[in-house]
Amino acid sequence: MGNHSSAAGENYLNHEKGLWSWLTTVDHKRIGLMYMITVMFFFLVGGIMALLLRLELFAPNTVQGVGQVLKNGDIYNQVLTYHGAIMVFMVIVPGIPAILGNFFLPIHLGAKDVAFPKINLLSWYCFMAGAALAIATFFTHKIDTGWTFYTPYSIRTGTSTVLMVLGAFIMGMSSVLTGLNFIVTVHKLRAPGMTMHRMPLFVWALYSTAILQMLATPVLAITLLLLAAEKIFGVGIFDPALGGDPVLFQHFFWFYSHPAVYIMILPAMGIVSELIATFSRKVIFGYTAIAYSSLGIAAVSFFVWGHHMFVSGQSATAGIIFSFITMLVGVPTAIKMFNWVATIYKGSVRFDSPMLFALGFLFLFAIGGVTGIMLAVLPIDVHFHDTYFVVAHFHYVMVGGTLMALMGGFYYWFPKMFGKMFNESLARLSFVFIFVGFNVTFFPQFVLGAMGMPRRYFDYIPAYETLNKISTVGSWLILTGFLFGLYTIVQGIRKGEKAPMNPWGAKTLEWQTSSPPPHFNFDVEPVVTAGPYEYR
Amino acid sequence: MSTDNVAHPHSAHVSHHFKDATQEYDSGKQGIWLFMVTEILMFGAILVGYGIFHVLYPAMFAEGARELDWRLGFVNTLVLIFSSFTMALSIQLIQRNKTKQAALALATTVLCGAIFMVIKYFEWTHKFHLGFYPGRFLDVAKTHAEHANLGMYFGFYYCMTGLHGLHVLIGMGLIVWLLIRTIRGDFHSQYWIPVEGVGIFWHIVDLIWIFLFPLLYLVG
Ligand code: HEM
Ligand SMILES: [Cu+2]
Repeated sequence: MGNHSSAAGENYLNHEKGLWSWLTTVDHKRIGLMYMITVMFFFLVGGIMALLLRLELFAPNTVQGVGQVLKNGDIYNQVLTYHGAIMVFMVIVPGIPAILGNFFLPIHLGAKDVAFPKINLLSWYCFMAGAALAIATFFTHKIDTGWTFYTPYSIRTGTSTVLMVLGAFIMGMSSVLTGLNFIVTVHKLRAPGMTMHRMPLFVWALYSTAILQMLATPVLAITLLLLAAEKIFGVGIFDPALGGDPVLFQHFFWFYSHPAVYIMILPAMGIVSELIATFSRKVIFGYTAIAYSSLGIAAVSFFVWGHHMFVSGQSATAGIIFSFITMLVGVPTAIKMFNWVATIYKGSVRFDSPMLFALGFLFLFAIGGVTGIMLAVLPIDVHFHDTYFVVAHFHYVMVGGTLMALMGGFYYWFPKMFGKMFNESLARLSFVFIFVGFNVTFFPQFVLGAMGMPRRYFDYIPAYETLNKISTVGSWLILTGFLFGLYTIVQGIRKGEKAPMNPWGAKTLEWQTSSPPPHFNFDVEPVVTAGPYEYR
Repeated sequence: MSTDNVAHPHSAHVSHHFKDATQEYDSGKQGIWLFMVTEILMFGAILVGYGIFHVLYPAMFAEGARELDWRLGFVNTLVLIFSSFTMALSIQLIQRNKTKQAALALATTVLCGAIFMVIKYFEWTHKFHLGFYPGRFLDVAKTHAEHANLGMYFGFYYCMTGLHGLHVLIGMGLIVWLLIRTIRGDFHSQYWIPVEGVGIFWHIVDLIWIFLFPLLYLVG
């Protein structure tokens, strides 16, 4: 689409200038970048915490020096809580939708913006305000409850649960607003010819995620408010001393937080679908199956929360039912896996760095998924509950799954977002370090868990030492990988060659506008005449 | 700046990213309804909690309900229903370009909200006066509570009515904003999306009260 404005070099980055124009922007692309910077910052903070935790676990506490990096169990618990809470609420949940979703969903649909641009900006401010409150607890009384805020401990501990929980509440609002915006945009703002069944799979994934965000987050919101009320006024709902029921808190909490793990993973699956289609140069196998399995996963995810509570004292019948339904989630997930593999099969596959991350995703997510099914088996979970097996499982899903996809998507769309190319060799190097480091860090934890090492402990018996050492060394490899990644990005933005309109030869709409896109995304409103992956 | 994508003539009110007023209207309406879904879910969850404990401690909840003055709750119900009516009226009037009457209807709505809050205030302070504090602060001796955990009932009472009251306050703020814009002449037969949006919010807030009132004041 040759045209005068992009020829004149006008794009969303230079459309307006100055910090103020960014802080007041209603352009979804700029808001996406603002999220990118803030989320990357939180990732750094959460990452430093992770390194500290691993450093502490490098040796048993009897070893002078390394064994006592964190002075005592209290400090370990605090670092653990901030690591978990920051990674979940400020990195992985907002991550893909808020950064890449914001940036590309409207462009994928051929729209000029999301349906409610001002609300989009508002949701960034909500996110920042919530994050600020949560971080503020760091300077008052550091909280040590773990990111799940389980009662009754969270109402008894003398720490700033209220502030933290309000922060999470406000970040939840931000998440709801983003989801709402996406749903309306998908329903109402598609370009002529863009039927629902011509939408890229990334959009389908974001759409399913948005439904989850809207349906699950309000329940978390009220749970957190009640927790705050409990702490301030001693309401009694969750406090056994006042006739309340702490397990009810767990029910409420996981009714949100289990769907939340799909809020974390569905967008990642969407990115992987894009990457696999583009780099296999083939019509994606089973488009509708992939699209609707997202909705299927979203639907089933509401009925499985009890698998977090097998040992909480819920009835045996409930346990059996939850165990069974949990395994059902495997069905739509497997559908996706098989479709991706079928697409790669006999495609003309190119192993550019984004594709490497997509393949990394497939591998790691498969391990995370299979161990998830293992944990869904009631007797196995009773054995593995709160051991490092669980820690390894959820890191394989969240980091190996979501973060891999985020990195892949990031490299994939980098040329479009910044109009520059990055250094491919550096990008591959970052992949190798992250992928290898990840397995070195977390695979031993499956073994540790099976051997019985409990999670959330800051010390262990000598029998666990070797595997813990390996795991900690792995965390340094991951660090190296991300530093390479950061360097690749910064270097690309500063010195990269100018990116062409469509460096990967992809078919979705964003590649048919200039890099970086103009302020209104397209100079001429696109008219869609075919599906998103029409390779022959 | 690019202009050739402005194929459709823009009326003064249509924001840049919409093609026409219909698209903008439909999007706005869908957005507000979706938001209402989240509100209903949020109140729904606390109602579920209330329901669970009501089943667990029927006698205690009955004792709590006896302490509430259903007449005040009833008056408040009437006030809110009337305010919903004036709210709906204001949209009708704006659609027929009767700006002055619409402003009057909006002002009445805010007034009703204020009456509701004043009554609530007296209810709450009276409860405090009698020692009916939430949860562990309940003054068992002063209130002669039969059930030691009666504070939980009042915990629910203050949380539910408090959260609802907060919504009433937010609604009042929004309506004042509408009122100012109405007087300024921003709304007319071609454009009334914000009025309708806030209207829907207000109706839902009323509706939630219509659930809270029998549950808290009458049941038991
Ligand atoms: C990349 C390197 C990472 C390392 C080395 C690491 C390490 C750890 C360690 C040692 C724990 C404590 C386990 C326990 O004792 O229960 C932990 C917990 C946790 N991590 Fe990570 N982590 C990393 C990344 C992430 C990311 C990206 C996420 C994002 C979702 C994440 C989410 C969590 C959560 C939710 C917990 C549980 C916190 C809690 O129990 O309250 N981690 N991690
Ligand atoms: Cu779960």
